[in-house]
Amino acid sequence: MKIVVQNLTKTFPSRNKNTHEDVIAVNHFNVEIPDGKLIGLLGPSGCGKSTALNLLCGLLKPTSGKIFFGDDDVTDLPAENRGVGFVFQNYALYPHLTVKQNILFPLQNRKGKDRLSKKEMLEKAKEAAKLVQIDSLMERKPSELSGGQQQRVAIARALVKRPKVLLMDEPLSNLDARLRLQTREEIRRIQRETKITTVFVTHDQEEAMSISDLIVVMKAGVIQQIGKPQQVYDDPSNLFVATFLGTPPINVFRGQVKESVLYLGPDPIFPVEGVKDQEVSVAIRPEGFLLRENGALGCKRNAVEVMGRDITVVSTHEASENPTIRSIISAENREKVPSETVRFDIKPNKLFLFDRESGERLPFKWNEREEKENG
Amino acid sequence: MDKKDWKGWLYLLPAILFLGAFMVYPLIDVFVYSVEEGYNSASQTFFGIGLYNYSYVLRDPYFLQALKNTFILVLITVPLSTALALLISVGLSSIEKLRDLYQTIYFLPYVTNTLAVGLVFMILFKKTAYTDGLVNLILSFFGMTPIDFIDGPYWAKMFVLCFYTIWVVLPFKILILTSALASVNPDYYRAAKVDGTSKLRTFFSITIPMISPTLFYLIITGFIGAFKVYSDAVALFGTDLNAAEMNTIVGYIYDMLYGNSGGYPSFASAAAILLFAVVLTITCINLLISKKHVHY
Repeated sequence: MKIVVQNLTKTFPSRNKNTHEDVIAVNHFNVEIPDGKLIGLLGPSGCGKSTALNLLCGLLKPTSGKIFFGDDDVTDLPAENRGVGFVFQNYALYPHLTVKQNILFPLQNRKGKDRLSKKEMLEKAKEAAKLVQIDSLMERKPSELSGGQQQRVAIARALVKRPKVLLMDEPLSNLDARLRLQTREEIRRIQRETKITTVFVTHDQEEAMSISDLIVVMKAGVIQQIGKPQQVYDDPSNLFVATFLGTPPINVFRGQVKESVLYLGPDPIFPVEGVKDQEVSVAIRPEGFLLRENGALGCKRNAVEVMGRDITVVSTHEASENPTIRSIISAENREKVPSETVRFDIKPNKLFLFDRESGERLPFKWNEREEKENG
Repeated sequence: MDKKDWKGWLYLLPAILFLGAFMVYPLIDVFVYSVEEGYNSASQTFFGIGLYNYSYVLRDPYFLQALKNTFILVLITVPLSTALALLISVGLSSIEKLRDLYQTIYFLPYVTNTLAVGLVFMILFKKTAYTDGLVNLILSFFGMTPIDFIDGPYWAKMFVLCFYTIWVVLPFKILILTSALASVNPDYYRAAKVDGTSKLRTFFSITIPMISPTLFYLIITGFIGAFKVYSDAVALFGTDLNAAEMNTIVGYIYDMLYGNSGGYPSFASAAAILLFAVVLTITCINLLISKKHVHY
């Protein structure tokens, strides 16, 4: 089911008695979610992503704007009539019911001609349980299950009624690191098998990047960027998106463009065509550094962290906004890292320029030939 | 390991001493009294040991009356007050405006004195040759004959006693139940809503099981409390409860202890042991049922 959201806004009355200004949790949301895709709604805590999910679900009423499922306007439909499945952050499994009873619960709510026979219900429940691979645990109580198993039951309960849309609120946040990795693959697999349009909320960019077809990056209720994960990573539309995506995080510098050449502190980096002379914010991905004996950027070496496959050089530079710069280079170069001043050349496609005031991206052209020589 | 054990017992010692001196010892003592036949409290003498006290008490029409009254009271007030409290608590937790105000109003009876409230009830329900109480005024307004609830037919008096008991125990139950309802994670209700669960099913399949530990707690303590009712009856019908046919088991014990000419401590003890047995049995049954129905 395709989801179209138009100008969706949700405000909450202010708790602060002095200002009386409403809190805008979701601000003029416009997004089109294609049918059968897995969409990650990504943003820091308090950015309104859970509110947006609740609006899609119908648990909250929007202040203004419209929501369409397919061609149907569902803005005024209550949650129960929207045909959505919802997986809660804490799973919200009924503790007094067994796994089987939990999964049956949504089916037993149906009335009249929609109501299935007991046998059909049981079959559907078994089918859903099989899909999430918990069919051997049907008689257990939720308290007798591990976190990951509870999560699967919650997904089965949401899927059993064949929802048009599956919504998940921070589905992995209650799991430990190893289980999280496993479960996110699992969510991906289940989504692929069922082909149900799925929206999940997360503050973990790695989670969103790894399994989503499309990610929606939010900040303070406003959509910052929508795109395929790699595309958003390679081509961030503003400084916030650039800093929010990627581990280790992107390195931010104060820079200056003088006569179409980018300077970081005293170091001229490379010519940037198409940018006016001005102060800029410069962001460089950790993998954008190339160790060179006479590289453009000279940093003071702090430490070298060995990660196995590659190494991280931790250094400082006077123009850096962060206390340290982290650059990832191949482990073969470990011996070559000088002990005092480390010099790097920068890959132009891993460096982004942003307006100093607004944080908006400033596109520039670089000399391709030079890039080839360096590469 | 031994040293640890020793320390544990040391920490328990104050509680064990107090419970032993003020609970276990009196309990044993009451049991001893109950089997001493013809015990005289002035001379501290008795004829022999046997079960005569029990057979006397069980044949005493006043005791049987008290037993009947107590059972009627328990069976009517405990389920009714718990159900009513649940209804009011659910109502309270579903409103937003004025909830605090209503909570305070419902809690007020709890902080008022039962005897004073009993007096008010007596005035409300009474009927004398000169004046009718408010209730009788209302009854006669609707064309019914006034009834003397305080000094009239048995069922009328029982009605007032039950009404009064329910009214007295409601605030505490409402207080406990509203906090139990508030502690249910709202995600359960949201999950139920997304799945299109009807209000009725949500209530019976989610709310009730979720607060079932609290409900059973209230039912068990309610039973115990109702079996021990005494002051409520006194507040309404005065101290001569036998004459009013409104005596309760505890009232009977009291009368036996402090009745005419020094009382009959042995009969009182036998009645007390009988009450203890009844309460213990009912509580055990309750616990057994609750084990089956409370799931976590």
